[in-house]
Amino acid sequence: MTPAPPPRARPASPPRARHRELGLSDAEYERILASLGRAPNEVELAMLSLMWSEHCAYKHSRRLLRRLPTSSPHVLVGPGENAGAVDLGGELAAVFKVESHNHPSAVEPFQGAATGVGGILRDVFALGARPVALLDSLRFGEPAAPRARYLLEHAVAGIGHYGNSVGVPTVGGELYFDPSYERNCLINVMCVGLAPRERLIRSAAAGPGNVLLLLGALTGRDGIGGASVLASAELGESEDAKRPSVQIGDPFTEKKLLECCLELLDRRLLVALQDLGAAGLTSAAAEMAGKGGVGLDIDISRVPLREPGMEPFEIMISESQERMLCVVAPELVGEVLGACERWEVLATPIGKVTDLPRLRVLDRGEVLGELSLSLLLDECPLYELEPEPRPVAYPAPPRILRAEEDPARTLLALLESANLASRRRVFEQYDAVVQSRTVRRPEQADAAVLMLAGDLAAEVGAVGERQDPPAGPGSGRGGGPAIALAIDGNGRRVACDPRAGAAEAVWECAANLACVGAEPLGVTNCLNFGNPEKGQIAFQLTEAVEGIAEACRALQVAVVGGNVSLYNEGPEGPILPTPVIGMVGRLPDAARAGRLGFAREGDAIALLGPFTPVRAGSELSRLCGLPPSGELLRPEDSAIRDAHLRVREGVRSGALRSAHDIAEGGIATALAECCIAGGIGARVRLPVELDPFGECLGTAFVVSGPMAALAGMRIIGTVGGERLELEGLLSLTLDELRAAWERGLARYV
Amino acid sequence: MRFGVVRFPGSCDEIDALRAAARVGEAELLWHAERDLRGADAVIIPGGFSYGDYLRPGAIARFAPVMEAVARFAAEGGLVLGICNGFQVLCEAGLLPGALLPNLTLRFVFRQVELRIERFDTPFTCACPRERPLSMPVKHMSGRYYAPERTLDELEAGGQVLLRYAPGHNPNGSLRDIAGVTNSAGNVLGLMPHPEHAVEALTGSTDGLSVFASIAAHLASSASATTRAGSKSAPAIAA
Repeated sequence: MTPAPPPRARPASPPRARHRELGLSDAEYERILASLGRAPNEVELAMLSLMWSEHCAYKHSRRLLRRLPTSSPHVLVGPGENAGAVDLGGELAAVFKVESHNHPSAVEPFQGAATGVGGILRDVFALGARPVALLDSLRFGEPAAPRARYLLEHAVAGIGHYGNSVGVPTVGGELYFDPSYERNCLINVMCVGLAPRERLIRSAAAGPGNVLLLLGALTGRDGIGGASVLASAELGESEDAKRPSVQIGDPFTEKKLLECCLELLDRRLLVALQDLGAAGLTSAAAEMAGKGGVGLDIDISRVPLREPGMEPFEIMISESQERMLCVVAPELVGEVLGACERWEVLATPIGKVTDLPRLRVLDRGEVLGELSLSLLLDECPLYELEPEPRPVAYPAPPRILRAEEDPARTLLALLESANLASRRRVFEQYDAVVQSRTVRRPEQADAAVLMLAGDLAAEVGAVGERQDPPAGPGSGRGGGPAIALAIDGNGRRVACDPRAGAAEAVWECAANLACVGAEPLGVTNCLNFGNPEKGQIAFQLTEAVEGIAEACRALQVAVVGGNVSLYNEGPEGPILPTPVIGMVGRLPDAARAGRLGFAREGDAIALLGPFTPVRAGSELSRLCGLPPSGELLRPEDSAIRDAHLRVREGVRSGALRSAHDIAEGGIATALAECCIAGGIGARVRLPVELDPFGECLGTAFVVSGPMAALAGMRIIGTVGGERLELEGLLSLTLDELRAAWERGLARYV
Repeated sequence: MRFGVVRFPGSCDEIDALRAAARVGEAELLWHAERDLRGADAVIIPGGFSYGDYLRPGAIARFAPVMEAVARFAAEGGLVLGICNGFQVLCEAGLLPGALLPNLTLRFVFRQVELRIERFDTPFTCACPRERPLSMPVKHMSGRYYAPERTLDELEAGGQVLLRYAPGHNPNGSLRDIAGVTNSAGNVLGLMPHPEHAVEALTGSTDGLSVFASIAAHLASSASATTRAGSKSAPAIAA
């Protein structure tokens, strides 16, 4: 390309107040003027407004997120890349991240949820990992409301459509209903991938003169300013007007792109790889160049377009899905194009790496825009939150139960609650077994378990043309190592006490892993909150981050990446503060993975771990029509940690035949779940002082096994029979329990 | 013996099928754009969403170059196993009778189901356990087997209905609980359940392995019958 003339008048200078329409404050615009020494043109202003949006710049959360622990001996890739990675041993890495697609899903649930899956998949294979599992965390308004059911039905269908079509199993998740999510549903999707450590690749561009290739779908007008605009402002009454901002997913193109990128990495043809997400080419290119300390020139005339007549700024910020950017040495471009052709993946050289730290937008040599990377990436002002320690008053949920109901009817009402009932109607819409790793499916255990059998190359799908018989499981050496995955969050508890509630989510994830015999290796999180510019929300957010940090430190586990979704509120108020925690762990032997159901007549049942149940924020309080408020009691970290360790070791050694953490609905609900899953009853005498329906999440467990194996534990009963009997409280048949539990969600889905 | 597993863009279960087949023989992938089966003794058309399946499942894959070779192979009596999307492709290609319609619920369904085998004297079931139903997962959007009544009667009369969902296990509204059918010659089988996802106790069931073992055993016995000299006879594989 010829030496660059200075930016000319072709992209006209925008009118004076244009920046406000694009979401920049006057002060932010002044800062841009000062830094540039001139007014930005239309292309530059569009790029800056997106890069300086909440979604891209994390301007209200970046300082806060620094409080999270991000290093541990297991961490291979920490925050800042497309996803995080931890070491699984044996030269294998787990790559994972959770991300939200809340606002698009509130506008168009099927495509919003589908493209949420697509985006998180690309984040994971951008690091060179084969996606092997999806989990999702969903929140909707009360299921009696038609709009909530509409959003639920279409979001679930969208997740299934995308995940099933790309051949990645959906192995777990969670689903809760509360009036506060009525207009702001939450769709958080977590993806986990596997990669040989040596195939992990970064997104940092390098080597001036190297070629920038755009892979995948055509660039269209869909999603212009979508994620970044939708995710950076409150949703009002005009969702329909924003519908064109929602992207459309094409899982077939994603599947080809995924296979093609993994082949390119196996053949070591790429210098760097990055997915295109919010703010499209602008953000992807700026991130790649910024991390590599180089610059990029992009010629928009080379970008293959879906429709004619697109403006340069539209090309630069389009959020069309299923696209990746990669950097390739000039002499390897032919080989890369050949591999892409074989996979029928469109690949186009659109620019090159330069040695000046700037992003230039050209049109056949004519410079349309030129911005320094520091202006794009670093100069956006970061705002201090101004927390106001005053609880948000949430509306009361509809009352279904009286506070002093008979215990049997209370338990049945809890099992039948849409928040606790069987999730079968939802998870049956997802393929949970493709890729042949799934050792524990939904409702078999507290966490999903995926085995890592076979040699490394076969494991991550770097499959050659021939396959020799595997010396895998069944050849007499146990099940081999496995990973365990969990995702958790409880907005009602966080609303009561943001710090303790958020810590509970971390503990509960770890408790889920302990129940299958796994120790935690890494955490990802998605912080779903209301408008952080309001003091009460700022307080929730600040305290929740502190709670997550405290629990992670106690567990000695690091946060390797995540996502923040703010402004989840409308005229009717904010959502419940909903930090969602995703956790990846490891267990040595898949054949010993724990189950939650009681297993054998005559086994003893023990209550293990510190347990300080309260009704504040509990599911029972919700059924009684109470808004979330009150104090949470938190046991000592060391006592919780000890309990987790004992459960983990008991499951691994085979001493425990079932393990289940006590969560929503309290110990009575946990016992009922163990009976339903195992298809066998139990006779239990609860300690007199214990509230059977109070909650304390992630700290204590219901375990069963031979009496000798439970020595030293607090024995509370025996497995057997066809009824759940809680002495002096209730006696219900298995059929009664099962019927309530199966009916609860099925009536709405 | 060697299995060839076809890989279309959009296939999802081809590696699972490859690894399942490799438990009883050799197995290799066959690329959709090639017309060569590379001397495979049996061909598997795997599950997934070939070419995206946006139009109708299997409607585009039937035109893939590799399907010309598969059709020729089937006409010559070669064993072809179509699983899920593979079943849909074989119906679209006219290699199997009937069609797979969208599930009655109009939803994707993933579920472990029980299957009844109707005949054991076939290349696909000769090594299957006889005393109990088989447990395998289904996972599909369009798995409702449909054919006109008269065709169904002919299929039943000709012994072409090889697999049925056990009572209460029909996940999709298939007519007469049909889960798998063969062509009239009996060398092409299509089924909606996934035998390749039932080859390992840790992941839920080993019942599907018996389908692959049947194919291997059948080929081994016909090979030893034709060579007689025994110099090349493959080991018989027990179920």
